Amino acid sequence: MNSPLIPLAAQVESQPEAQCFSPLDSKVAQAVDAIQTAKNWQDKYRQIMLVGKALPKLYDVFKQEHAQVKGCESQAWLYHKVIDGQHYFCADSDSRIVKGLIAILLHATHSKTTAEIKSFDLNMFFEQLGLSGQLSPSRTNGLTALANAIKQFAAN
Amino acid sequence: MTVPVDTVLNNDAFDHQAIRSQFPILDQKFDDNPLCYLDTAATSQKPTRVINAMMEYYQQDNANVHRAAHQLSARATINYEHVRSQVQQFINAAQTEEVIFTHGTTESINMVAAGLTEQLKPEDIILVDSAAHHANLVPWQQLAKKTGAIVKAIPLNQQLSIDITAYDALLALKPKLVAISHVTNAVGSVNDVCQLVEMANKSGALTLVDGAQAVAHIEVDVQQINCDFYVFSAHKMYGPTGVGILYGRYVELDKLEPLLTGGEMIKSVSFEATTFGSLPNKLEAGTPAISAVIGLGAAINFINELPKTALIAYEQNLLVYLQKELQNLGDIELIGASKHNIGVVAFNLAQEHHQDVGILLDQQGIAVRCGHHCAMPLMQILNIKGCCRASLGVYTNKQDIDLFIKALRSVKELLL
Repeated sequence: MNSPLIPLAAQVESQPEAQCFSPLDSKVAQAVDAIQTAKNWQDKYRQIMLVGKALPKLYDVFKQEHAQVKGCESQAWLYHKVIDGQHYFCADSDSRIVKGLIAILLHATHSKTTAEIKSFDLNMFFEQLGLSGQLSPSRTNGLTALANAIKQFAAN
Repeated sequence: MTVPVDTVLNNDAFDHQAIRSQFPILDQKFDDNPLCYLDTAATSQKPTRVINAMMEYYQQDNANVHRAAHQLSARATINYEHVRSQVQQFINAAQTEEVIFTHGTTESINMVAAGLTEQLKPEDIILVDSAAHHANLVPWQQLAKKTGAIVKAIPLNQQLSIDITAYDALLALKPKLVAISHVTNAVGSVNDVCQLVEMANKSGALTLVDGAQAVAHIEVDVQQINCDFYVFSAHKMYGPTGVGILYGRYVELDKLEPLLTGGEMIKSVSFEATTFGSLPNKLEAGTPAISAVIGLGAAINFINELPKTALIAYEQNLLVYLQKELQNLGDIELIGASKHNIGVVAFNLAQEHHQDVGILLDQQGIAVRCGHHCAMPLMQILNIKGCCRASLGVYTNKQDIDLFIKALRSVKELLL
């Protein structure tokens, strides 16, 4: 998987401002809990897609190449902004499952401080959710690239 | 022409289970699901004899080749060169020197493209199959960049093989080179390479045929095709990764400037000047992938021993069965599907993202490829971002197809 190439210039001011750069919908947290207790793979993936739906949709105008996370077979875009020392992210994907996985990732990192994001252990988090299979470097969903991009934003 | 699938799949002409049992990797489970490997077009599985041949080389014969001051090296060299003869016979090349071992199809094409640099001039035209794998497009673009030549796409017909009328019109431009696929990587459409090469020969163009997706499924005779270059990889024909073939007509191969220099390819070296040796060594710089070549030899033996006619009919019927089952499932768009296709069925499930389908199939132990299949220009022509591709091998059986369809039904229930 390639390293993410997300210029800081990718930060935007308009749409994401209202919709994305505020705390996540409570449905996200509920769906993440439901993933953990899902009885079978169908339930798990149904919840993953539901959690994706709870994430704001990025307007087409923001589906810009410079905001694309490299390493995804599907397309995924990521924007970032710091407000009062907290990191806010705005992300979308054209794959429903990848969008769901992004939502799970944001559940752990969105509106968190630099220190919190730095100490976030993606592997452990996804393992707890029974989704560690989604993290191998050969996976085309680009989740590791997205997580690295989030960490990189928080580090700068 | 198609025999009912059950007849063929239970044919006495060959014992399919005996063939399948030679592939130890297939005997495993993912959670409770048996592995269903439908990604042979990406890489085929390897029979035990190929794995053993490579192991035996390391255990008994390991030495560098063509440096025979001792018996081990002599033995390694004999075995290595024996595989060159096997390849020559396998594709019916006129002489062993026309068989060059490379790292794979991609390196073979790069070797030809780089080797032609001196032979091309600005405005020369290179025609490339629109359905070509990136490996059969990007090296030509790089060559064009270096020489000022122009790459032009050969349009496709409804079946996603080369459109003969459009091709004929492009040949009137007197291209220097024509690069085409024998069987396309992404959708499995077949080109009539004999006809296409004959037309190119008449126009005076050199021809390169990418046979990576063909050699494991049909018999290939490079003299009958009459192309200048034919390229393929061992790993797509039940052999190991790391070795491929560049076949070339001796006179054309000999004109290529070596892509890599050094090692056994030289004739004499001084600080003033270096001269290169003759084919095939001239194009095989450095230490080759010896164990992989030995594995390729075992893979050729494996293929040669298969009951060819029965097997071709078997694979073809399995493919038609797969196409039919997909259509019966509903909400499936088959891409470039025809009963003449080879080894591959490409499809999309309604408007769903191909990656979502792939992830959900994987949950059920089904291995298929989902993406643009390294054929982005083709995806642009089709106006899709990508698709799913199920591909067959000698070990694939009806149960694999049935498992796949059942899994796809679950995916459909979840997504639609």
